[in-house]
Amino acid sequence: MAKDEMTREFKLVGTRALRPDGLDKVTGRARYGADFALPGMLWGAVVRSPHAHARIVGIDAAKALALDGVKAVVTRADFPAGLTGSDWDIQENVMAGEVALYDGHAVAAVAATSALIAQEAARLIEVSYDLLPHVTDVDAAMRPDAPAIRPGSADHTVPDGMSPNVVSYIEYGRGDLDAGFAEADIVREQTYKSEATHQGYIEPQACVGQLGADGKGEMWVTTQGQWYVRRDCANVLGLDVAQLRVTPSEIGGGFGGKTTVFMEPLALALSRKAGGKPVKLVMSRAEVLRATGPTASASMDVKIGMKKDGTMTAGRVEFRMQGGAFPGSPVPDALKCAFAPYKLPAVLHIGYDVLANRPKAAAYRAPGAPMAAFAVESLVDEMARELGLDPLELRQKNAVEEGDQSSYGPKFRKIGLKEVLAAARAHPNLAAPLGPNQGRGIATGYWSNYNGDTAVSMAVAEDGTVQVSVGTPDIGGSRASIGLMVAEYLGIPYESVRVNVVETGALAINEPTHGSRATFANGKAAVAACDQAIKEMCRRAAADWGIDAEAVEWIDGAAQPAGPNAGKFPPMSLAEIAGRMSDSGGPIAGHFEGIPRGVGASFGTHVVDVEVDPETGRTTILRYLVVQDAGRAIQPAYVEGQYQGGAAQGIGWALNEGYVYGADGRLQNATFLDYRIPVASDLPMIDTVIVEVPNPGHPFGVRGVGETGIAPPLPAVANAVAAATGVRLRELPMSPPKVLEAIRGRRDG
Amino acid sequence: MRYHTPQTFEDAARIAAGAAGVTRFLAGGTDVLVQMRSGLVLPDDMIDLKHIPGVRDIARTADGGWRIGVAVSGAELGEHAALKADWPGVVEAMELIGSTQVQGRATLTGNLCNGSPAADSVPGLVAAGAMVTVTGPSGSRDVAVETIPAGPGKTALAPGELISAITLPPRGAHGGDAYLRFIPRTEMDIAVVGCAVNLVLDGDQIASARVALGAVAPTVILVPEAAAAITGTALDAAALEALAGAASAAARPISDKRGTADFRTEVAGVLARRVAEIAYARAKGHAK
Ligand SMILES: Cc1cc2nc3c(=O)[nH]c(=O)nc-3n(C[C@H](O)[C@H](O)[C@H](O)COP(=O)(O)OP(=O)(O)OC[C@H]3O[C@@H](n4cnc5c(N)ncnc54)[C@H](O)[C@@H]3O)c2cc1C
Repeated sequence: MAKDEMTREFKLVGTRALRPDGLDKVTGRARYGADFALPGMLWGAVVRSPHAHARIVGIDAAKALALDGVKAVVTRADFPAGLTGSDWDIQENVMAGEVALYDGHAVAAVAATSALIAQEAARLIEVSYDLLPHVTDVDAAMRPDAPAIRPGSADHTVPDGMSPNVVSYIEYGRGDLDAGFAEADIVREQTYKSEATHQGYIEPQACVGQLGADGKGEMWVTTQGQWYVRRDCANVLGLDVAQLRVTPSEIGGGFGGKTTVFMEPLALALSRKAGGKPVKLVMSRAEVLRATGPTASASMDVKIGMKKDGTMTAGRVEFRMQGGAFPGSPVPDALKCAFAPYKLPAVLHIGYDVLANRPKAAAYRAPGAPMAAFAVESLVDEMARELGLDPLELRQKNAVEEGDQSSYGPKFRKIGLKEVLAAARAHPNLAAPLGPNQGRGIATGYWSNYNGDTAVSMAVAEDGTVQVSVGTPDIGGSRASIGLMVAEYLGIPYESVRVNVVETGALAINEPTHGSRATFANGKAAVAACDQAIKEMCRRAAADWGIDAEAVEWIDGAAQPAGPNAGKFPPMSLAEIAGRMSDSGGPIAGHFEGIPRGVGASFGTHVVDVEVDPETGRTTILRYLVVQDAGRAIQPAYVEGQYQGGAAQGIGWALNEGYVYGADGRLQNATFLDYRIPVASDLPMIDTVIVEVPNPGHPFGVRGVGETGIAPPLPAVANAVAAATGVRLRELPMSPPKVLEAIRGRRDG
Repeated sequence: MRYHTPQTFEDAARIAAGAAGVTRFLAGGTDVLVQMRSGLVLPDDMIDLKHIPGVRDIARTADGGWRIGVAVSGAELGEHAALKADWPGVVEAMELIGSTQVQGRATLTGNLCNGSPAADSVPGLVAAGAMVTVTGPSGSRDVAVETIPAGPGKTALAPGELISAITLPPRGAHGGDAYLRFIPRTEMDIAVVGCAVNLVLDGDQIASARVALGAVAPTVILVPEAAAAITGTALDAAALEALAGAASAAARPISDKRGTADFRTEVAGVLARRVAEIAYARAKGHAK
């Protein structure tokens, strides 16, 4: 069936339908995490470590508890002991145990009758610390004499003699690396560094939690994944998972940062201690930056062998990434993405997962891919320039296609890299003339995309309209996309479908809206659910007509006799069947539970023109083009939105975003004033080209588009800055002081 | 916290003089309220100045200068065509502050008294030769604006003293002023370096000039050496070079999360050159 769908003409898929959540969102009616309230609700506040690394000697809450209106104080003593592995990591991150591991690490929390009292009480909780030596830089953390953050936490992969902060070691590859480098005309090796960045979602973490002495709880929360919140909160607090019910709010961005819990279990712990009264917790922006998960900082070596004609003969990467004081930096995915766009006879990947005194990293849009692309695509560009080759042509020459073995192992199925590169070449931006101090940069990025646990149900209403229940909070327009696919498949108007994002009690487990999976996985699952309902509706029509159910087929939103032999009956529409369903056998619905197979990877190529002020080092983005394979754009406007959003975040990462730590290990820029995300006026309109090489693994050809777009901007901007200035910056962010220093070095040298 | 709404500056001064704890005056509140929300400052007494008659007035003085009330917002300054024609540099600096929302509230006086070395409107006021009226329990006096900042977050105002007006001198003929700041983004940012230049021409020659720098020292600074470098010149290449050198030499910046000392020093010279050219063009009557 999938193959037929590829060539079908669609009525709804591919149209720019309005998003069903649009009116609520533009009128301010949509309810986000902080908008939820309950009668008798308490407010929580969290006491956080001001130290990068310190033993907690004592916590004295007497003064706080004496304050009028204070109802509960919790510390780690209020959580169950004995957790292991990643459950322990999450618990330890939610509330420090013996040692505060980073600036901003929670050490106590308080609930009171108002937010002001709670904040006042938090100030009155006295915590005494013994300072420990700290380390925040990934390379420094890898030195053998670095302060040990969690001795003994290395897994079996780590070779002897490494710094105690190396907790995991990865090494894999294929082909004869030495022969590959020997075959090359030039072999170049460089080191690149990138600073940690935060997702910068506009909505801070917020929740209301309620937990009784009976172990039954409720939570209302802004999250990308209500089942993950349920599981993690239950594990951290020692509850039975199904006894907790989690309802997601509308979400003001997540980009991976809301796939896990930070302060959510504290609301439940406080509620339990306050006799079951609901407790609301809302993070400030400073708390978001200090104590939720940014992505990793990275230090990366890349070595590439290339022939004079641009053919790549071998590649080697060695990536070091710190993801805070816990295992789990995105080094595995970074390695996977490093050489993915290239045909390479020989390749070696080495990776280190490193601890540092920083907050626990969370996923951030294509975790690891942007750093990997920065390192590899920068060196590819350097070598192209050295050999006098066109950087786009060089990429076309080495590009992977269907059937090629990927750098990280499996053979590629149908992919669209060559189509993407050809579309980029054809775009008018490539012909735009450049003036003095201007330069053009090109880079490619890759993301494999993902499926994950998926449960969807659909049900027919009495009037023939249809509800679809999904478990993935709608961040980028997924209600619209799912609604379009369901309406298309059933043959009913888009307006007849309502897509609901439901709470944990309404469906089997779902993974969050992550991995660019929502449209891919829900679309495929919804089609399977619709198939069940269609089958039932055909059965009802067949019974009515007195013919065999097999002799009925579903066409254009109606049951119809399959061919002349089946009998002559007028089509029976979905609305007709629905209107009589109570008399013809009861409710009509369909559902799917499983892991939809057939994920399709997505490549993108970005082309950026910049101008660099030679006297201040300030970079202006003049023109920006995103070309990416969507497989199929179900709703093109939301695909373009994903492309533009990824580019905007990547540009910020490249130019000015980054965590700044002082010598004391404290985060110096925990505000949007000094954590510099691009503002609207910093960016031109970002041009997009949607390439559609349909994914044969999906009924509509969807690949997933949310993440690939953040990988190419880092190297594309770096390559453009190099073209504009003649100097190569191998460290992000390329803030004006760094660029000016590099330009000055060239001037003097 | 006690919230006061005095009807005169003298009353405001008396309340402040009698207050024992942390006191803040409330003009636009775009610094004070942000500091309160983040827990940085928790005032015991908050003295709102917006109930004093005349605080939102912009008035021509007898000698042809301007008297600006302490609650006049950036947006109101920007809408005032005559003031903007006289002192475009002062007004453009104030208009750089914050967003449209912040512009509806933020004031010159608040910007000055918050005491930030990076305050955007202060170099322009200093270059313009603005005066401020300081009212205390024992009366009022007029002082030069550059005497107010005393270090990051500090002013030279004594407890119980406040500013009751800002006065800009008469513009006169053949004058021009301008302000530029360096930020890594295009708006909503804090100056890494700021520079204002005010000059008066005699023909093509600069008869007099004032140059002020922001964010390169504990306070905004007036740089007479930079003014001297262009006075008596027609702002030729050599004069611009000398100006840049003098501005960079006067900078005594720190390295912090917003920029290195080296960077600020160099960019102070770059900005001085660029600002001087704009001020010069304005003085010549060329819109720029
Ligand atoms: C989003 C945002 C962006 C911003 N961007 C910028 C920017 O780009 N550049 C910049 O320089 N600033 C910026 N600011 C800071 C602020 O807006 C300015 O400093 C503004 O000019 C302060 O004026 P105000 O009237 O709001 O001061 P208020 O907050 O009312 O007062 C500030 C201080 O001045 C004191 N004060 C007020 N009036 C008097 C008086 N008459 N006598 C004595 N003391 C007094 C108060 O006690 C207080 O300490 C920004 C602020 C925000 C929130």
